[in-house]
Amino acid sequence: MKILVCISKTPDTTAKIAFTDNNTKFATDGIQWIINPYDEWYALVRAIELKEADAGVTIHLVNVGTAESEPIIRKALALGGDAAFRVNTLEEDSYFVAAQIAAIAREGAYDIVFTGKETIDYNGSSIGGMVAELLDLPYISHAVKFDLSGNTATVVREIEGGEETDQVSLPIVVSCQKGMAEQRIPNMKGIMGARTKPLTVSEPVTADILTRVASFDLPPAKAGVKLVSAEHPEELIRLLHEEAKAI
Amino acid sequence: MNLVFIDQAEGHIKKASFEAASYAAQTAALMGTTAEAIVLGTVSDDLTALGRYGITKVHTVADANLNEFDAQVYTQLIAEAVKATGADVLVFANTTTAKAVAPRLSVKLKAGLVSGAVALPDISNGFTVKKSVFSGKAFANIAVTTAIRIIAVNLNAFTIQEVEGSATVVPFTVQPISSKVKVSGVDKITGEVPLGEADIVVSGGRGLKGPENWGLVTELAGLLNAATACSRPVADIHWRPHHEHVGQTGLAIAPNLYIAIGISGAIQHLAGVNRSKTIVVINKDPEAPFFKAADYGIVGDAFEVVPKMIDAVKKMKGIA
Ligand SMILES: Cc1cc2nc3c(=O)[nH]c(=O)nc-3n(C[C@H](O)[C@H](O)[C@H](O)COP(=O)(O)OP(=O)(O)OC[C@H]3O[C@@H](n4cnc5c(N)ncnc54)[C@H](O)[C@@H]3O)c2cc1C
Repeated sequence: MKILVCISKTPDTTAKIAFTDNNTKFATDGIQWIINPYDEWYALVRAIELKEADAGVTIHLVNVGTAESEPIIRKALALGGDAAFRVNTLEEDSYFVAAQIAAIAREGAYDIVFTGKETIDYNGSSIGGMVAELLDLPYISHAVKFDLSGNTATVVREIEGGEETDQVSLPIVVSCQKGMAEQRIPNMKGIMGARTKPLTVSEPVTADILTRVASFDLPPAKAGVKLVSAEHPEELIRLLHEEAKAI
Repeated sequence: MNLVFIDQAEGHIKKASFEAASYAAQTAALMGTTAEAIVLGTVSDDLTALGRYGITKVHTVADANLNEFDAQVYTQLIAEAVKATGADVLVFANTTTAKAVAPRLSVKLKAGLVSGAVALPDISNGFTVKKSVFSGKAFANIAVTTAIRIIAVNLNAFTIQEVEGSATVVPFTVQPISSKVKVSGVDKITGEVPLGEADIVVSGGRGLKGPENWGLVTELAGLLNAATACSRPVADIHWRPHHEHVGQTGLAIAPNLYIAIGISGAIQHLAGVNRSKTIVVINKDPEAPFFKAADYGIVGDAFEVVPKMIDAVKKMKGIA
Protein backbone atom coordinates (compact mmCIF):
# COMPACT_ATOMS: atom_id res chain seq x y z
CA MET A 1 0.00 0.00 0.00
CA LYS A 2 1.47 3.33 -1.08
CA ILE A 3 0.26 6.68 0.24
CA LEU A 4 1.26 10.07 -1.15
CA VAL A 5 0.80 13.02 1.21
CA CYS A 6 0.83 16.54 -0.26
CA ILE A 7 2.72 18.99 1.94
CA SER A 8 2.45 22.73 1.48
CA LYS A 9 4.54 25.46 3.09
CA THR A 10 2.50 28.25 4.71
CA PRO A 11 3.23 31.18 6.99
CA ASP A 12 2.88 30.48 10.71
CA THR A 13 -0.65 31.16 11.98
CA THR A 14 0.51 34.20 13.99
CA ALA A 15 2.32 35.75 10.99
CA LYS A 16 1.69 39.41 10.31
CA ILE A 17 -0.07 39.65 6.97
CA ALA A 18 1.38 42.52 4.93
CA PHE A 19 2.22 43.12 1.28
CA THR A 20 5.01 44.75 -0.71
CA ASP A 21 5.67 45.84 -4.31
CA ASN A 22 2.53 47.87 -4.61
CA ASN A 23 0.46 45.22 -2.83
CA THR A 24 1.36 42.51 -5.33
CA LYS A 25 3.58 40.34 -3.11
CA PHE A 26 3.23 38.84 0.36
CA ALA A 27 5.84 40.37 2.69
CA THR A 28 7.94 37.35 3.68
CA ASP A 29 10.47 39.21 5.87
CA GLY A 30 10.61 37.64 9.32
CA ILE A 31 7.96 35.05 8.45
CA GLN A 32 8.24 31.64 10.08
CA TRP A 33 7.20 28.89 7.70
CA ILE A 34 5.30 25.83 8.82
CA ILE A 35 3.72 22.78 7.23
CA ASN A 36 0.17 23.75 6.36
CA PRO A 37 -1.67 22.57 9.52
CA TYR A 38 -4.28 20.53 7.62
CA ASP A 39 -1.54 18.69 5.72
CA GLU A 40 0.45 17.99 8.86
CA TRP A 41 -2.10 17.37 11.61
CA TYR A 42 -4.65 15.45 9.59
CA ALA A 43 -3.34 14.14 6.24
CA LEU A 44 0.15 13.16 7.36
CA VAL A 45 -0.74 11.90 10.84
CA ARG A 46 -3.59 9.76 9.46
CA ALA A 47 -1.15 8.26 6.94
CA ILE A 48 1.28 7.52 9.79
CA GLU A 49 -1.51 5.84 11.77
CA LEU A 50 -2.33 3.63 8.78
CA LYS A 51 1.35 2.67 8.58
CA GLU A 52 1.42 1.91 12.30
CA ALA A 53 -1.53 -0.42 11.80
CA ASP A 54 -0.02 -2.10 8.72
CA ALA A 55 3.75 -2.32 8.21
CA GLY A 56 3.14 -2.81 4.48
CA VAL A 57 2.25 0.87 4.11
CA THR A 58 4.79 3.26 2.55
CA ILE A 59 4.37 7.03 2.93
CA HIS A 60 5.79 9.41 0.35
CA LEU A 61 5.57 13.18 0.62
CA VAL A 62 5.37 15.68 -2.18
CA ASN A 63 5.97 19.41 -2.02
CA VAL A 64 5.83 21.82 -4.92
CA GLY A 65 8.19 24.61 -3.98
CA THR A 66 11.67 26.06 -3.95
CA ALA A 67 14.58 25.02 -1.71
CA GLU A 68 12.95 27.16 1.03
CA SER A 69 10.55 24.25 1.54
CA GLU A 70 13.26 21.85 2.68
CA PRO A 71 12.94 22.51 6.45
CA ILE A 72 9.23 21.74 6.41
CA ILE A 73 9.82 18.64 4.26
CA ARG A 74 12.42 17.42 6.78
CA LYS A 75 9.95 18.01 9.59
CA ALA A 76 7.33 15.93 7.77
CA LEU A 77 9.92 13.18 7.31
CA ALA A 78 10.71 13.44 11.03
CA LEU A 79 7.03 12.94 11.84
CA GLY A 80 6.93 9.78 9.78
CA GLY A 81 7.20 10.06 5.97
CA ASP A 82 9.48 7.45 4.36
CA ALA A 83 10.70 9.51 1.42
CA ALA A 84 9.93 12.87 -0.15
CA PHE A 85 9.75 14.57 -3.53
CA ARG A 86 10.19 18.26 -4.08
CA VAL A 87 9.25 19.73 -7.44
CA ASN A 88 11.57 22.68 -7.74
CA THR A 89 9.37 25.59 -8.81
CA LEU A 90 7.31 28.51 -7.56
CA GLU A 91 3.68 27.67 -6.90
CA GLU A 92 2.34 29.50 -9.95
CA ASP A 93 -1.34 28.72 -9.39
CA SER A 94 -3.50 25.83 -8.14
CA TYR A 95 -3.74 24.17 -11.55
CA PHE A 96 0.01 24.35 -12.12
CA VAL A 97 0.71 22.88 -8.66
CA ALA A 98 -1.90 20.13 -9.11
CA ALA A 99 -0.33 19.18 -12.46
CA GLN A 100 3.06 18.73 -10.73
CA ILE A 101 1.55 16.59 -7.98
CA ALA A 102 -0.40 14.53 -10.52
CA ALA A 103 2.82 13.84 -12.45
CA ILE A 104 4.52 12.51 -9.30
CA ALA A 105 1.40 10.56 -8.32
CA ARG A 106 1.12 8.94 -11.76
CA GLU A 107 4.74 7.87 -11.64
CA GLY A 108 4.41 6.28 -8.19
CA ALA A 109 1.04 4.54 -8.74
CA TYR A 110 -0.25 5.40 -5.25
CA ASP A 111 -3.29 3.81 -3.67
CA ILE A 112 -4.17 6.92 -1.68
CA VAL A 113 -3.34 10.59 -2.22
CA PHE A 114 -3.99 12.70 0.89
CA THR A 115 -4.11 16.50 0.95
CA GLY A 116 -5.21 18.97 3.61
CA LYS A 117 -8.68 20.47 3.08
CA GLU A 118 -7.10 23.80 2.13
CA THR A 119 -3.95 25.83 2.73
CA ILE A 120 -4.24 28.51 5.39
CA ASP A 121 -2.73 31.14 3.07
CA TYR A 122 -4.51 30.78 -0.28
CA ASN A 123 -7.62 28.98 1.09
CA GLY A 124 -8.21 27.45 -2.32
CA SER A 125 -9.56 24.01 -1.35
CA SER A 126 -8.76 23.00 -4.89
CA ILE A 127 -5.54 20.96 -5.18
CA GLY A 128 -7.11 17.62 -4.17
CA GLY A 129 -9.99 17.90 -6.62
CA MET A 130 -7.70 18.98 -9.43
CA VAL A 131 -5.28 16.11 -8.80
CA ALA A 132 -8.21 13.65 -8.74
CA GLU A 133 -9.50 14.94 -12.07
CA LEU A 134 -6.04 14.85 -13.65
CA LEU A 135 -5.70 11.22 -12.52
CA ASP A 136 -9.36 10.38 -13.24
CA LEU A 137 -9.86 9.12 -9.68
CA PRO A 138 -12.70 9.42 -7.17
CA TYR A 139 -12.28 12.31 -4.75
CA ILE A 140 -13.68 12.69 -1.25
CA SER A 141 -13.20 16.18 0.17
CA HIS A 142 -13.28 17.44 3.76
CA ALA A 143 -12.87 13.99 5.25
CA VAL A 144 -13.16 13.75 9.04
CA LYS A 145 -12.61 9.97 9.22
CA PHE A 146 -10.85 7.47 6.99
CA ASP A 147 -10.73 3.70 7.45
CA LEU A 148 -9.50 0.91 5.24
CA SER A 149 -10.73 -2.62 4.85
CA GLY A 150 -8.74 -4.36 2.15
CA ASN A 151 -9.15 -2.34 -1.00
CA THR A 152 -12.18 -0.39 0.18
CA ALA A 153 -12.02 2.92 1.99
CA THR A 154 -14.81 4.07 4.28
CA VAL A 155 -14.64 7.83 4.43
CA VAL A 156 -16.79 10.17 6.50
CA ARG A 157 -16.91 13.63 5.00
CA GLU A 158 -18.39 16.88 6.22
CA ILE A 159 -21.49 18.15 4.48
CA GLU A 160 -23.55 21.23 5.32
CA GLY A 161 -25.06 20.60 8.74
CA GLY A 162 -23.84 17.03 9.09
CA GLU A 163 -21.71 14.16 7.87
CA GLU A 164 -21.93 11.62 5.09
CA THR A 165 -20.32 8.16 5.00
CA ASP A 166 -19.00 6.95 1.66
CA GLN A 167 -17.53 3.66 0.48
CA VAL A 168 -14.99 3.88 -2.33
CA SER A 169 -12.53 1.42 -3.89
CA LEU A 170 -8.89 2.48 -4.05
CA PRO A 171 -7.15 4.30 -5.64
CA ILE A 172 -8.61 7.52 -4.31
CA VAL A 173 -7.79 11.15 -3.52
CA VAL A 174 -8.93 12.48 -0.13
CA SER A 175 -8.70 15.96 1.44
CA CYS A 176 -8.44 15.89 5.22
CA GLN A 177 -9.59 18.06 8.08
CA LYS A 178 -10.16 18.03 11.81
CA GLY A 179 -11.33 14.69 13.16
CA MET A 180 -9.05 12.57 10.93
CA ALA A 181 -6.20 12.47 13.45
CA GLU A 182 -4.56 14.45 16.24
CA GLN A 183 -1.50 16.69 15.93
CA ARG A 184 1.82 15.02 16.88
CA ILE A 185 5.22 16.36 17.85
CA PRO A 186 8.23 14.76 16.12
CA ASN A 187 10.51 12.85 18.52
CA MET A 188 14.32 12.85 18.61
CA LYS A 189 14.59 9.50 16.84
CA GLY A 190 12.38 10.82 14.05
CA ILE A 191 14.36 14.03 13.72
CA MET A 192 17.67 12.17 13.53
CA GLY A 193 16.28 9.62 11.06
CA ALA A 194 14.81 12.34 8.82
CA ARG A 195 18.26 13.61 7.88
CA THR A 196 19.08 10.51 5.92
CA LYS A 197 15.68 9.79 4.38
CA PRO A 198 15.62 10.26 0.59
CA LEU A 199 14.49 13.65 -0.70
CA THR A 200 14.35 13.67 -4.49
CA VAL A 201 14.30 17.03 -6.25
CA SER A 202 12.88 17.21 -9.76
CA GLU A 203 12.17 19.96 -12.24
CA PRO A 204 8.52 20.86 -13.01
CA VAL A 205 6.56 19.40 -15.91
CA THR A 206 5.07 21.88 -18.37
CA ALA A 207 1.62 22.96 -17.28
CA ASP A 208 -0.72 25.86 -17.94
CA ILE A 209 -1.29 28.70 -15.51
CA LEU A 210 -4.97 29.61 -15.41
CA THR A 211 -5.05 32.36 -12.78
CA ARG A 212 -2.70 34.97 -11.39
CA VAL A 213 -2.77 37.15 -8.27
CA ALA A 214 -3.12 40.70 -9.58
CA SER A 215 -2.96 42.36 -6.14
CA PHE A 216 -3.79 41.99 -2.47
CA ASP A 217 -5.91 44.17 -0.17
CA LEU A 218 -6.20 44.29 3.59
CA PRO A 219 -9.68 44.52 5.10
CA PRO A 220 -10.66 48.03 6.24
CA ALA A 221 -9.86 48.70 9.89
CA LYS A 222 -12.71 48.49 12.39
CA ALA A 223 -14.06 51.80 13.64
CA GLY A 224 -13.45 50.76 17.24
CA VAL A 225 -15.48 49.01 19.86
CA LYS A 226 -18.47 50.60 21.54
CA LEU A 227 -18.39 49.47 25.18
CA VAL A 228 -21.56 49.02 27.21
CA SER A 229 -21.53 48.87 31.03
CA ALA A 230 -21.70 45.39 32.57
CA GLU A 231 -24.52 46.76 34.73
CA HIS A 232 -26.70 47.32 31.67
CA PRO A 233 -26.56 44.42 29.21
CA GLU A 234 -30.09 45.41 28.09
CA GLU A 235 -28.48 48.49 26.54
CA LEU A 236 -26.33 46.18 24.37
CA ILE A 237 -29.44 44.33 23.21
CA ARG A 238 -31.10 47.67 22.39
CA LEU A 239 -28.07 48.77 20.34
CA LEU A 240 -27.97 45.45 18.47
CA HIS A 241 -31.65 45.84 17.69
CA GLU A 242 -31.91 49.54 16.90
CA GLU A 243 -28.43 50.61 15.77
CA ALA A 244 -26.77 47.53 14.26
CA LYS A 245 -30.15 46.10 13.21
CA ALA A 246 -28.59 42.70 13.78
CA ILE A 247 -31.33 41.14 15.94
CA MET B 1 -23.87 33.27 -20.91
CA ASN B 2 -23.47 32.58 -17.19
CA LEU B 3 -24.42 29.28 -15.65
CA VAL B 4 -24.97 28.76 -11.93
CA PHE B 5 -24.97 25.37 -10.24
CA ILE B 6 -27.88 25.12 -7.80
CA ASP B 7 -26.97 22.87 -4.90
CA GLN B 8 -29.74 20.93 -3.19
CA ALA B 9 -30.10 18.62 -0.22
CA GLU B 10 -33.16 16.46 0.42
CA GLY B 11 -35.04 18.16 -2.38
CA HIS B 12 -34.48 21.69 -1.10
CA ILE B 13 -32.27 24.36 -2.60
CA LYS B 14 -29.46 25.35 -0.23
CA LYS B 15 -29.68 28.95 0.94
CA ALA B 16 -26.18 29.65 -0.33
CA SER B 17 -27.31 28.76 -3.86
CA PHE B 18 -29.73 31.71 -3.91
CA GLU B 19 -26.76 33.97 -3.25
CA ALA B 20 -24.86 32.23 -6.04
CA ALA B 21 -27.83 32.62 -8.40
CA SER B 22 -28.04 36.34 -7.67
CA TYR B 23 -24.27 36.61 -8.10
CA ALA B 24 -24.47 34.88 -11.49
CA ALA B 25 -27.32 37.16 -12.59
CA GLN B 26 -25.55 40.34 -11.49
CA THR B 27 -22.34 39.21 -13.18
CA ALA B 28 -24.34 38.49 -16.33
CA ALA B 29 -25.81 42.00 -16.19
CA LEU B 30 -22.30 43.46 -16.00
CA MET B 31 -21.29 41.39 -19.01
CA GLY B 32 -24.45 42.14 -21.00
CA THR B 33 -25.69 38.57 -21.02
CA THR B 34 -28.13 36.31 -19.15
CA ALA B 35 -27.80 33.75 -16.37
CA GLU B 36 -29.17 30.21 -16.43
CA ALA B 37 -29.04 27.46 -13.83
CA ILE B 38 -28.36 23.73 -13.65
CA VAL B 39 -29.94 21.51 -10.98
CA LEU B 40 -29.05 17.85 -10.44
CA GLY B 41 -31.33 15.38 -8.67
CA THR B 42 -34.98 15.57 -7.71
CA VAL B 43 -36.07 18.85 -6.19
CA SER B 44 -39.40 19.56 -4.53
CA ASP B 45 -38.92 23.35 -4.36
CA ASP B 46 -40.45 25.50 -7.10
CA LEU B 47 -37.59 26.09 -9.53
CA THR B 48 -39.39 28.81 -11.49
CA ALA B 49 -38.86 30.93 -8.34
CA LEU B 50 -35.16 31.16 -9.25
CA GLY B 51 -36.41 33.91 -11.57
CA ARG B 52 -36.62 36.13 -8.51
CA TYR B 53 -32.84 35.90 -8.28
CA GLY B 54 -32.44 36.87 -11.93
CA ILE B 55 -32.22 33.40 -13.49
CA THR B 56 -33.98 33.10 -16.88
CA LYS B 57 -33.81 29.37 -17.47
CA VAL B 58 -33.26 26.31 -15.25
CA HIS B 59 -31.86 23.08 -16.73
CA THR B 60 -32.73 20.05 -14.63
CA VAL B 61 -31.58 16.46 -14.59
CA ALA B 62 -34.32 15.07 -12.35
CA ASP B 63 -32.69 11.68 -11.80
CA ALA B 64 -33.07 10.37 -8.23
CA ASN B 65 -29.67 8.64 -8.51
CA LEU B 66 -28.14 12.11 -8.46
CA ASN B 67 -29.49 12.78 -4.97
CA GLU B 68 -26.41 10.86 -3.87
CA PHE B 69 -23.42 13.04 -4.51
CA ASP B 70 -20.42 11.81 -6.49
CA ALA B 71 -17.88 14.44 -7.51
CA GLN B 72 -16.94 12.58 -10.70
CA VAL B 73 -20.52 12.19 -11.90
CA TYR B 74 -21.44 15.79 -11.05
CA THR B 75 -18.34 17.05 -12.83
CA GLN B 76 -19.24 15.16 -15.99
CA LEU B 77 -22.83 16.44 -16.03
CA ILE B 78 -22.00 20.06 -15.24
CA ALA B 79 -19.28 20.04 -17.90
CA GLU B 80 -21.87 18.84 -20.42
CA ALA B 81 -24.24 21.61 -19.35
CA VAL B 82 -21.49 24.21 -19.75
CA LYS B 83 -20.82 22.95 -23.28
CA ALA B 84 -24.50 22.70 -24.23
CA THR B 85 -25.31 26.22 -23.02
CA GLY B 86 -22.03 27.77 -24.20
CA ALA B 87 -21.51 29.27 -20.72
CA ASP B 88 -18.26 31.16 -20.19
CA VAL B 89 -18.82 31.90 -16.50
CA LEU B 90 -19.76 29.09 -14.13
CA VAL B 91 -20.84 30.08 -10.61
CA PHE B 92 -21.09 27.95 -7.47
CA ALA B 93 -21.96 28.68 -3.87
CA ASN B 94 -18.75 27.74 -2.04
CA THR B 95 -20.32 24.74 -0.27
CA THR B 96 -18.77 21.31 0.29
CA THR B 97 -20.24 20.28 -3.06
CA ALA B 98 -18.49 23.12 -4.86
CA LYS B 99 -15.23 22.37 -3.09
CA ALA B 100 -15.35 18.83 -4.46
CA VAL B 101 -16.60 19.62 -7.96
CA ALA B 102 -15.31 23.07 -8.98
CA PRO B 103 -11.59 22.06 -8.95
CA ARG B 104 -12.38 19.01 -11.10
CA LEU B 105 -14.26 21.22 -13.56
CA SER B 106 -11.35 23.65 -13.60
CA VAL B 107 -9.22 20.80 -14.97
CA LYS B 108 -11.85 19.34 -17.27
CA LEU B 109 -12.79 22.68 -18.85
CA LYS B 110 -9.31 24.24 -18.54
CA ALA B 111 -11.10 27.03 -16.70
CA GLY B 112 -9.45 29.24 -14.10
CA LEU B 113 -11.07 28.82 -10.67
CA VAL B 114 -11.56 31.44 -8.00
CA SER B 115 -12.88 29.84 -4.82
CA GLY B 116 -14.00 31.95 -1.90
CA ALA B 117 -15.05 34.96 -3.99
CA VAL B 118 -16.41 37.89 -1.97
CA ALA B 119 -17.32 40.44 -4.66
CA LEU B 120 -18.60 40.65 -8.23
CA PRO B 121 -15.91 40.33 -10.92
CA ASP B 122 -14.16 43.44 -12.14
CA ILE B 123 -14.36 43.29 -15.93
CA SER B 124 -12.93 46.75 -16.63
CA ASN B 125 -9.59 45.26 -17.58
CA GLY B 126 -9.72 41.51 -18.11
CA PHE B 127 -11.59 39.44 -15.53
CA THR B 128 -10.55 39.82 -11.90
CA VAL B 129 -12.31 38.42 -8.86
CA LYS B 130 -11.68 39.35 -5.23
CA LYS B 131 -11.32 36.36 -2.91
CA SER B 132 -10.65 35.87 0.76
CA VAL B 133 -7.08 34.69 1.57
CA PHE B 134 -4.97 34.16 4.70
CA SER B 135 -8.09 32.82 6.42
CA GLY B 136 -9.94 36.11 6.22
CA LYS B 137 -6.97 38.31 7.16
CA ALA B 138 -6.66 39.67 3.59
CA PHE B 139 -8.11 39.61 0.08
CA ALA B 140 -6.47 38.73 -3.22
CA ASN B 141 -7.65 40.00 -6.58
CA ILE B 142 -7.33 37.03 -8.91
CA ALA B 143 -6.99 37.61 -12.64
CA VAL B 144 -8.52 34.72 -14.56
CA THR B 145 -6.98 34.36 -17.99
CA THR B 146 -8.99 31.48 -19.46
CA ALA B 147 -12.00 31.57 -21.82
CA ILE B 148 -14.24 29.88 -19.24
CA ARG B 149 -14.04 31.07 -15.61
CA ILE B 150 -15.34 29.32 -12.52
CA ILE B 151 -16.26 31.28 -9.40
CA ALA B 152 -17.24 29.77 -6.04
CA VAL B 153 -18.87 32.51 -3.95
CA ASN B 154 -18.38 32.54 -0.18
CA LEU B 155 -21.47 32.22 1.97
CA ASN B 156 -22.93 35.45 3.40
CA ALA B 157 -20.34 37.48 1.47
CA PHE B 158 -22.66 38.87 -1.09
CA THR B 159 -26.07 40.53 -0.93
CA ILE B 160 -28.94 38.99 -2.86
CA GLN B 161 -30.83 41.32 -5.19
CA GLU B 162 -34.36 40.17 -5.73
CA VAL B 163 -36.03 41.03 -9.04
CA GLU B 164 -39.40 40.44 -10.69
CA GLY B 165 -39.43 37.34 -12.82
CA SER B 166 -39.97 33.66 -13.25
CA ALA B 167 -37.56 31.14 -14.74
CA THR B 168 -38.53 28.57 -17.34
CA VAL B 169 -37.63 25.01 -16.36
CA VAL B 170 -36.36 22.65 -19.04
CA PRO B 171 -35.10 19.07 -18.76
CA PHE B 172 -31.46 18.55 -19.66
CA THR B 173 -30.97 15.14 -21.22
CA VAL B 174 -27.79 13.24 -20.51
CA GLN B 175 -26.53 9.69 -20.68
CA PRO B 176 -26.61 8.10 -17.24
CA ILE B 177 -23.16 7.73 -15.66
CA SER B 178 -22.36 5.10 -13.06
CA SER B 179 -20.92 6.16 -9.72
CA LYS B 180 -17.82 4.74 -8.04
CA VAL B 181 -18.85 6.14 -4.67
CA LYS B 182 -21.45 4.39 -2.55
CA VAL B 183 -23.10 6.62 0.04
CA SER B 184 -23.86 4.40 3.01
CA GLY B 185 -25.21 6.96 5.42
CA VAL B 186 -25.99 10.59 6.09
CA ASP B 187 -25.99 12.01 9.61
CA LYS B 188 -27.64 15.38 9.91
CA ILE B 189 -27.37 17.34 13.08
CA THR B 190 -31.04 18.00 13.63
CA GLY B 191 -32.76 20.81 15.44
CA GLU B 192 -29.82 23.17 15.11
CA VAL B 193 -29.19 26.04 12.74
CA PRO B 194 -26.28 24.94 10.46
CA LEU B 195 -23.26 27.00 11.50
CA GLY B 196 -21.99 27.86 8.02
CA GLU B 197 -25.32 29.29 6.93
CA ALA B 198 -26.40 31.00 10.13
CA ASP B 199 -27.22 34.72 10.25
CA ILE B 200 -26.39 34.90 13.94
CA VAL B 201 -23.79 32.85 15.79
CA VAL B 202 -23.30 32.69 19.57
CA SER B 203 -19.89 31.32 20.46
CA GLY B 204 -18.25 30.30 23.72
CA GLY B 205 -14.63 29.97 24.81
CA ARG B 206 -12.61 28.59 27.68
CA GLY B 207 -13.87 31.49 29.83
CA LEU B 208 -17.11 29.54 30.30
CA LYS B 209 -15.17 27.14 32.56
CA GLY B 210 -16.91 23.89 31.59
CA PRO B 211 -19.54 22.21 29.41
CA GLU B 212 -22.07 22.38 32.25
CA ASN B 213 -22.23 26.16 31.71
CA TRP B 214 -23.12 25.99 28.02
CA GLY B 215 -26.77 26.57 28.78
CA LEU B 216 -25.93 30.28 28.66
CA VAL B 217 -24.76 29.96 25.06
CA THR B 218 -27.51 27.64 23.86
CA GLU B 219 -30.30 29.60 25.52
CA LEU B 220 -29.18 32.90 24.03
CA ALA B 221 -28.69 31.18 20.66
CA GLY B 222 -32.13 29.60 20.82
CA LEU B 223 -33.79 32.94 21.51
CA LEU B 224 -31.97 34.59 18.60
CA ASN B 225 -32.47 31.63 16.24
CA ALA B 226 -28.69 31.47 16.11
CA ALA B 227 -26.16 28.70 15.57
CA THR B 228 -23.65 27.85 18.30
CA ALA B 229 -19.88 27.80 17.89
CA CYS B 230 -16.77 27.57 20.06
CA SER B 231 -13.04 28.23 20.18
CA ARG B 232 -10.55 25.49 19.34
CA PRO B 233 -9.52 24.47 22.88
CA VAL B 234 -13.18 24.06 23.81
CA ALA B 235 -13.60 21.49 21.00
CA ASP B 236 -10.22 19.90 21.74
CA ILE B 237 -11.13 19.21 25.37
CA HIS B 238 -14.51 17.90 24.16
CA TRP B 239 -16.68 20.45 25.91
CA ARG B 240 -18.34 20.94 22.52
CA PRO B 241 -18.41 18.89 19.28
CA HIS B 242 -15.65 19.41 16.69
CA HIS B 243 -17.98 20.82 14.05
CA GLU B 244 -18.52 23.91 16.25
CA HIS B 245 -14.82 24.84 16.18
CA VAL B 246 -14.39 28.11 14.29
CA GLY B 247 -11.16 29.85 13.37
CA GLN B 248 -8.15 29.45 11.18
CA THR B 249 -8.05 25.68 11.61
CA GLY B 250 -11.80 25.20 12.00
CA LEU B 251 -14.75 26.57 10.10
CA ALA B 252 -14.48 30.10 8.70
CA ILE B 253 -17.80 31.89 9.05
CA ALA B 254 -19.20 35.29 8.14
CA PRO B 255 -22.55 35.72 9.86
CA ASN B 256 -24.38 39.00 10.22
CA LEU B 257 -23.80 38.90 13.98
CA TYR B 258 -21.14 37.03 15.96
CA ILE B 259 -21.39 37.05 19.76
CA ALA B 260 -18.19 35.82 21.47
CA ILE B 261 -18.47 34.90 25.15
CA GLY B 262 -15.35 34.18 27.19
CA ILE B 263 -13.12 33.98 24.11
CA SER B 264 -9.79 35.83 24.22
CA GLY B 265 -9.67 36.60 20.48
CA ALA B 266 -6.37 34.93 19.55
CA ILE B 267 -5.25 35.69 16.02
CA GLN B 268 -6.14 32.16 14.88
CA HIS B 269 -9.65 32.51 16.26
CA LEU B 270 -10.16 35.94 14.67
CA ALA B 271 -9.04 34.57 11.30
CA GLY B 272 -12.18 32.48 11.05
CA VAL B 273 -14.71 35.02 12.29
CA ASN B 274 -13.48 38.49 11.36
CA ARG B 275 -15.61 38.63 8.23
CA SER B 276 -18.72 38.75 10.46
CA LYS B 277 -20.63 41.97 9.92
CA THR B 278 -21.14 42.85 13.58
CA ILE B 279 -18.96 41.39 16.35
CA VAL B 280 -19.97 41.48 20.01
CA VAL B 281 -17.49 40.50 22.73
CA ILE B 282 -18.27 39.61 26.34
CA ASN B 283 -15.04 39.18 28.30
CA LYS B 284 -14.03 39.98 31.88
CA ASP B 285 -10.54 41.07 30.80
CA PRO B 286 -10.50 44.61 29.34
CA GLU B 287 -7.16 43.75 27.69
CA ALA B 288 -8.56 40.76 25.76
CA PRO B 289 -7.42 41.18 22.14
CA PHE B 290 -10.94 40.43 20.89
CA PHE B 291 -12.10 43.94 21.87
CA LYS B 292 -9.86 45.37 19.13
CA ALA B 293 -11.80 43.41 16.52
CA ALA B 294 -15.23 44.04 18.05
CA ASP B 295 -18.02 46.48 17.24
CA TYR B 296 -19.72 46.20 20.62
CA GLY B 297 -18.46 44.85 23.90
CA ILE B 298 -19.07 44.41 27.59
CA VAL B 299 -16.18 44.09 30.00
CA GLY B 300 -17.68 41.83 32.61
CA ASP B 301 -18.27 38.36 33.99
CA ALA B 302 -20.17 36.25 31.47
CA PHE B 303 -22.00 34.47 34.28
CA GLU B 304 -23.57 37.77 35.33
CA VAL B 305 -23.83 39.53 31.96
CA VAL B 306 -25.25 36.78 29.73
CA PRO B 307 -28.31 35.97 31.92
CA LYS B 308 -29.19 39.68 31.80
CA MET B 309 -28.77 39.68 28.01
CA ILE B 310 -31.10 36.67 27.85
CA ASP B 311 -33.69 38.52 29.94
CA ALA B 312 -33.40 41.59 27.72
CA VAL B 313 -33.88 39.55 24.54
CA LYS B 314 -36.91 37.85 26.07
CA LYS B 315 -38.36 41.23 26.95
CA MET B 316 -37.67 42.54 23.45
CA LYS B 317 -39.37 39.50 21.90
CA GLY B 318 -42.27 39.74 24.32
CA ILE B 319 -41.48 36.40 25.96
CA ALA B 320 -42.31 36.47 29.68
C1 LIG C 1 -1.62 26.58 14.60
C2 LIG C 1 -2.73 27.03 15.50
C3 LIG C 1 -4.04 27.05 15.01
C4 LIG C 1 -5.09 27.47 15.83
N1 LIG C 1 -6.36 27.50 15.32
C5 LIG C 1 -7.37 27.96 16.09
C6 LIG C 1 -8.71 28.05 15.59
O1 LIG C 1 -8.99 27.69 14.44
N2 LIG C 1 -9.68 28.52 16.40
C7 LIG C 1 -9.44 28.92 17.68
O2 LIG C 1 -10.38 29.35 18.36
N3 LIG C 1 -8.20 28.83 18.19
C8 LIG C 1 -7.17 28.35 17.43
N4 LIG C 1 -5.93 28.25 17.97
C9 LIG C 1 -5.77 28.50 19.42
C10 LIG C 1 -5.65 29.96 19.78
O3 LIG C 1 -4.30 30.38 19.69
C11 LIG C 1 -6.12 30.21 21.21
O4 LIG C 1 -5.38 29.41 22.08
C12 LIG C 1 -7.61 29.89 21.44
O5 LIG C 1 -8.41 30.52 20.48
C13 LIG C 1 -8.01 30.36 22.83
O6 LIG C 1 -9.33 29.92 23.11
P1 LIG C 1 -10.22 30.71 24.16
O7 LIG C 1 -10.30 32.12 23.77
O8 LIG C 1 -11.49 29.95 24.31
O9 LIG C 1 -9.43 30.48 25.52
P2 LIG C 1 -8.47 31.45 26.34
O10 LIG C 1 -7.39 32.01 25.53
O11 LIG C 1 -8.12 30.70 27.57
O12 LIG C 1 -9.40 32.66 26.71
C14 LIG C 1 -10.46 32.60 27.61
C15 LIG C 1 -11.00 34.01 27.71
O13 LIG C 1 -12.13 33.99 28.56
C16 LIG C 1 -12.10 35.14 29.41
N5 LIG C 1 -12.85 34.81 30.61
C17 LIG C 1 -12.49 33.97 31.63
N6 LIG C 1 -13.49 33.90 32.55
C18 LIG C 1 -14.47 34.71 32.12
C19 LIG C 1 -15.75 35.07 32.63
N7 LIG C 1 -16.20 34.57 33.79
N8 LIG C 1 -16.48 35.94 31.94
C20 LIG C 1 -16.03 36.46 30.76
N9 LIG C 1 -14.85 36.15 30.22
C21 LIG C 1 -14.08 35.28 30.89
C22 LIG C 1 -10.64 35.40 29.65
O14 LIG C 1 -10.44 36.76 29.98
C23 LIG C 1 -10.02 35.01 28.31
O15 LIG C 1 -9.93 36.14 27.45
C24 LIG C 1 -4.85 27.85 17.17
C25 LIG C 1 -3.54 27.83 17.65
C26 LIG C 1 -2.49 27.43 16.84
C27 LIG C 1 -1.09 27.44 17.39
